[in-house]
Amino acid sequence: MKINKSAIVMIFYILFLMLPIYWLINMSLKTNQEILSTFSLWPNDLTFDNYMVIFTDPSWYGGYLNSITYVVMNTVISVSVALPAAYAFSRYNFMGDKHLFFWLLTNRMAPPAVFALPFFQLYSSVGLFDTHIAVALAHTLFNVPLAVWILEGFMRGVPKEIDETAYIDGYSFFGFFRKIFMPLIASGIGVAAFFCFMFSWVELLLSRTLTSVDAKSIAATMTRTVSASGLDWGVLAAAGVLTIIPGALVIYFVRNHIAKGFALGRV
Amino acid sequence: MKKTTNQKAWFMVLPVLLLVAFSAIIPLMTVVNYSVQDTFGNNEFFWVGLEWFEEILGSERMHDALGRQAIFTTIILLIEVPLGIFVALHMPKKSGVWSSLCLVLCALPLLIPWNVVGTIWQIFGRIDIGLLGYALDQIGIDYNYTQDSFAAWITIIVMDVWHWTSLVVLLSYAGLKSIPDAFYQAAKIDQASRWSIFRHIELPKMKGVLLIAILLRFMDSFMIYTEPFVVTGGGPGNATTFLSIDLVKMAIGQFDLGPAAAFSLIYFLVILLVSWVFYTVMVHSDKESGS
Repeated sequence: MKINKSAIVMIFYILFLMLPIYWLINMSLKTNQEILSTFSLWPNDLTFDNYMVIFTDPSWYGGYLNSITYVVMNTVISVSVALPAAYAFSRYNFMGDKHLFFWLLTNRMAPPAVFALPFFQLYSSVGLFDTHIAVALAHTLFNVPLAVWILEGFMRGVPKEIDETAYIDGYSFFGFFRKIFMPLIASGIGVAAFFCFMFSWVELLLSRTLTSVDAKSIAATMTRTVSASGLDWGVLAAAGVLTIIPGALVIYFVRNHIAKGFALGRV
Repeated sequence: MKKTTNQKAWFMVLPVLLLVAFSAIIPLMTVVNYSVQDTFGNNEFFWVGLEWFEEILGSERMHDALGRQAIFTTIILLIEVPLGIFVALHMPKKSGVWSSLCLVLCALPLLIPWNVVGTIWQIFGRIDIGLLGYALDQIGIDYNYTQDSFAAWITIIVMDVWHWTSLVVLLSYAGLKSIPDAFYQAAKIDQASRWSIFRHIELPKMKGVLLIAILLRFMDSFMIYTEPFVVTGGGPGNATTFLSIDLVKMAIGQFDLGPAAAFSLIYFLVILLVSWVFYTVMVHSDKESGS
């Protein structure tokens, strides 16, 4: 009896979560004419034209390529600078470490809206406006602190004796870090990379402010289409469905660590 | 774990420090710089002291946006936290296909790009083509989120609940899973009621993660921009113009650098202050539980 009640609650909750997503998929498989003329719960006239538009129009698929480019750049930069820092935080006491750790978190609290204009001026003045690296660097604002916190959470779980044993066995610091320590926290690195990827992928405001043509992100492409024509619902829905796919694919692999990632490594 | 004192650890933190200094401190300095100056154009700036801060602190526009923001954040915290705990208590406890499926499906909305979340609800709520809007319209409820500010608010709140409740669910679930079975067995022997199990076993164990969840939800809902921007664009009128939307309008739309900069700093300070309180409570309870 109890199990049934739980199952009913879960089914209702999941139904609530899935309905809007289903509706988006439904829209993406209809023609615009059908969307606007008839109201139906599933596509009567199944079509993949909306997806074809995205895959053939450079202004659409270019958006995806631009987004993936800066997101990957950002993930690589964030995780590689965060690794040594997280190790230092998890292993050593040093002057000002607690303040520094909290200060990193404050950057996660900073509203991107506050930074939009100064970023625009900063990157314009150094000639990086409308490049992938500008967006990648701008997103380090919240992703580096996130990566440091998540990695620190995972590294705390590795006993310090392992470090000491490795030094006694004659490993240099870099040898130890690369050959012993990194494999031990491989899942932590995976989770940190996943979250950097995700938060850079979902962000709109900074990527829209820092790009105009050459590095325009898919998120910006989508919102600009709405404001320009505002009527091509089918293509918009198809673009939306395609942006959900990367997350949906990777989520399965990190499902057991996902709570830890969202909690900034603090669970 | 006992840590050793080692000042050379600073060198390992240095790359992070330089990078974050570049992407946080330089822009922040720009903002501070603008907030105390005025310009007649031509890049000629002159010192105005705290004038902009006085103007912004006294302006109705800021008060209204801050008020709307506070109401919004309070409402979504009041809905999402209890609902999240409730759903987490009903998550399947044994690991298996069903529990993995629940986890993955619950987490899905968290990973959708924010503007797509906006798009989904923009379509879902329309009375001509959206399931929700159409259904409400059919049963005779007057619902139009582009013109009626009450409907706009409901849409934004339901959207945020849809988008973020799973965060509370996942964190509470992680907290619940760390409770050993022996605790439940002891409670059973004591014939404890469902409520007292929740109150005295589950809630204390979830306290740490719940604080994180509330901290994160506070921070993120206080800087919400993308979703309402896509769905309502801040309208109808100014009904859903939250702080970030207002700030972007001021800074990039109207290019009022001075007031926008003062606005930014006040805004950032409010978030910092509240988050710092949460953080202190969090660290404090961490020490109490001895982890």
